[in-house]
Amino acid sequence: MKYNEPASLKDALSLGLTKAEWKKILKFLKRIPNFTELGIFSALWSEHCSYKSSKIYLKKFPTKSRRVLQGPGENAGIIKLDEELCVVFKMESHNHPSYIEPFQGAATGVGGILRDIFTMGARPIANMDSLFFGDLKEQNMAYLLNGVVGGIAFYGNCIGVPTVGGQTLFYNSYNNNILVNVFCLGIAKQNEIFYGKAKGKGNPLFYVGSKTGRDGIHGATMASEAFEEDLKEKKPNVQIGDPFTEKLLLEALLEIMKGDSIEGIQDMGAAGLTSSSFEMADRGGSGLVLYLDRVPLREKGMDPYEIMLSESQERMLMVVKKGKEKEVLEVFKKWDLDAVEIGYVTDTGKVEGYFKGEKVIDLDIKPLVSGAPKYRRPVKKPSYFEELNREEDLKIEIKNFEEELVDFLKNPNNSSKKSIYRQYDHQVQTNTVLLPSFDSALLRVKGKKYGIAITSDVNPLWCYLNPKEGSSFAVAEAVRNLASIGAKPIGVTDCLNFGNPENPEVMWQFKESIEGLTHALKYFKIPVVSGNVSFYNETKGKSIWPTPTIGMVGFVSNIKKIPDFKPEEGSSIFLAGDGEIRLSSSSFSVHKGYLLGRIPELDLERERKLQNFLIKGFGKGFFSGAHDISEGGLIISLIEIFMLSKKGMEMEISSGENTLFLFGEGGGRAVVFGDDRGILNLSKEFDIPIQKLGSFKGRDFYLRAGGWKFKASFEEIEDIMEEGLSKYME
Amino acid sequence: MKVAVIVFPGSNCDFDVYYALKEVSGIPAELVWHKEKSLKGFNGAVLPGGFSYGDYLRAGAIAKFSPVMEEVKKFALEGKPVLGICNGFQILTEAGILPGALLRNKNLKFLCQDVYLRVENKNPIFMKYLKEGDVIKLPIAHMDGNYFCDEETLKDLIEKGQIAFRYSSPDGEIKENSKFNPNGSLYSIAGVLNREGNVLGMMPHPERYVEKLLGSKDGLYIFKSLKKFFTG
Repeated sequence: MKYNEPASLKDALSLGLTKAEWKKILKFLKRIPNFTELGIFSALWSEHCSYKSSKIYLKKFPTKSRRVLQGPGENAGIIKLDEELCVVFKMESHNHPSYIEPFQGAATGVGGILRDIFTMGARPIANMDSLFFGDLKEQNMAYLLNGVVGGIAFYGNCIGVPTVGGQTLFYNSYNNNILVNVFCLGIAKQNEIFYGKAKGKGNPLFYVGSKTGRDGIHGATMASEAFEEDLKEKKPNVQIGDPFTEKLLLEALLEIMKGDSIEGIQDMGAAGLTSSSFEMADRGGSGLVLYLDRVPLREKGMDPYEIMLSESQERMLMVVKKGKEKEVLEVFKKWDLDAVEIGYVTDTGKVEGYFKGEKVIDLDIKPLVSGAPKYRRPVKKPSYFEELNREEDLKIEIKNFEEELVDFLKNPNNSSKKSIYRQYDHQVQTNTVLLPSFDSALLRVKGKKYGIAITSDVNPLWCYLNPKEGSSFAVAEAVRNLASIGAKPIGVTDCLNFGNPENPEVMWQFKESIEGLTHALKYFKIPVVSGNVSFYNETKGKSIWPTPTIGMVGFVSNIKKIPDFKPEEGSSIFLAGDGEIRLSSSSFSVHKGYLLGRIPELDLERERKLQNFLIKGFGKGFFSGAHDISEGGLIISLIEIFMLSKKGMEMEISSGENTLFLFGEGGGRAVVFGDDRGILNLSKEFDIPIQKLGSFKGRDFYLRAGGWKFKASFEEIEDIMEEGLSKYME
Repeated sequence: MKVAVIVFPGSNCDFDVYYALKEVSGIPAELVWHKEKSLKGFNGAVLPGGFSYGDYLRAGAIAKFSPVMEEVKKFALEGKPVLGICNGFQILTEAGILPGALLRNKNLKFLCQDVYLRVENKNPIFMKYLKEGDVIKLPIAHMDGNYFCDEETLKDLIEKGQIAFRYSSPDGEIKENSKFNPNGSLYSIAGVLNREGNVLGMMPHPERYVEKLLGSKDGLYIFKSLKKFFTG
């Protein structure tokens, strides 16, 4: 099909559009689109770009607070830190590309999210990743894991942005659809923010960065389809990352942005030149003229269709103030980058594209962007819901405690993630105060007293068993993780990974999940400022567990009042908080081969009490450390404290139901230690149930519970904790 | 006194070094673009870490052709202090200013972790506040930090006292085939000096550990020594 020939219904269907959508296009245009124009429609109306299945639900999120400067709808969200500075952050998925080509898929995911941040004028200061893999024993899974981690390391390390934390989980549900969710946070001065708006009639439009190739054509459409079996054929849809060029682009842009020459700027991400040009003109209420033969090309003979839909990486579209062209070009020249004037801003409300003198694109922007289809897709409660949600809790018999525990510690979900994070430069830029392996990462801001904390959380098992409350728990867990280093939440970005929205049961999970997230976010008064929806995480008809990843940003008012994990010999180890804990729906139960159960009762009031207790305790300097109890239960939390503090711990537990007590999971609990008297008094003040489990003593981890006993040295536990992952990675 | 922090395309520890020099150690410093042909007015130079030219070829192999490198060579010959950290060390070996080469890490992966370094030298410019046998803790963050040279060069380095640091256990024990030498460096070498002792190249990052808030101040030994050298 030639780019300027009229397209047909058949073409529309082959590009992933429906018959109804084709009719809608004809109605808008009152003529038949040519093939290039049809390609533009299919990209902008893809699920990935248009949010057509999710839009009506996303509106429910709270998006405002006194700190919010920019909510959803821009390249990234912006939250005020003080009167001068702000943070700019977003999380995004790169699931489909990473499953097809793990190294480049993950690498370009990092590259893309970085561009979303620095295009707004912010310097990226931290990356974080939430990764979800299948069973490592499955064929290819270790290859996918190593590829993804290698790709993240390749891009992040090279460009010099530290990867400071994240989450990695392994469940069978991801055997055929891994998830790669990448988060980036940048910092900027409030008066130096740039938006993706094309404004000012006559202002020149510049293309900057790498040349355009044929890679990634229709990547957005690919991300809006389920996988069948032809994965290899999709490899050319995956883009190739060039972090070095992006580093130059980053430095060049931040240098130009110090001046007064840029009117608006946007990354060419999903759907490349198409989405950037239409979205910028839409936000600016303007129009654009594009001369497509001026776009720098990497390959010969590319036509307008390919130029508009290429997803080559490390490119930006920029509106320059008229008369400032020379200033801009000089900086790009210094950094050896291409910058080409490819068009100008108009007031026509249209994007008009010319190629070799012929007008090949003539499209009204409004119907394409604001008029994109919105669907209220059918929902149906899945049959598994009632079947699995049994009231009666699971009983798991433990015959040999030590054996069972060691086996559980070797489960990759509980393993130390050192084999992963030591491949990431987590200290470059010298701001990282708390390194990976803490509940949240913490960054200082040079010259300021405060710090920025970040965490990413979700328990997909709970979100499967109960999408609504499981999603509320994801928010609660993030809040708890921030509080465990003394931070208060200031904003959220989300990455909502689900199956096929055309399946009513998946759509039900999505609807429930949004309700659960909204409920908890409103309760804690945390605004959502950016995010991303990834549907079609489905292979051969099987969808992933609902995975609404929460990226939460917190504020620590005094960077010096944070955990040091250096408890004094003899000081107590306390369990703070209480509430329902259950074995069914625990990660231990999945480890033992069960998949069932009602999840523990959600009690946000209890969560808030614990949050206040933790933040206050850090403020008063009572805590040497705190650790949230989540996946794996109390036992994992205690072992992790031992690994961080490297101090002997002696504990005796007699709960009556030791399996439940040690391995069971529920919300609203944390282990705390530090100043015994201060902690006890504070717990009374905040009405937090508190229980002494033992104290820091000697050199070993020593736990007794009824007839059970487990005693091991730091080195022994370190080896056990590293084995689960290192055997697949080293 | 003033130190030039050379910025190559792809340097990413340039500002960290600048901050450690200027804000923490009180040494006047300036960022200098690699296209500069003169380092007039500077008394020393630091080549910071990063991925010059993306390390797409061999690490440091392209940066050695930068115009500013002629001046860096002159500094080395004139006895002015030159410090290469990580990618900076790789560039110095590629340029032939320091002996040896940095190969890919033994496990073929990027490594970011703390290491212990045993001080092997009492160099008056960079190690005035350290003595032989001291152990300091600094972080590494590299893909190609596996030091290698031929037997003759190694013998020479040992004899002439050009080895600055070796990877060791926290107690200062050297075990070449152990986790304490994570990248697999020959003779556990982490840093070397030129014959005259005014050029130091090292894989670990002293600029990352200069403040208690970030976990350690061991990197300050090197910057304080440099300052003392300048101020007398």
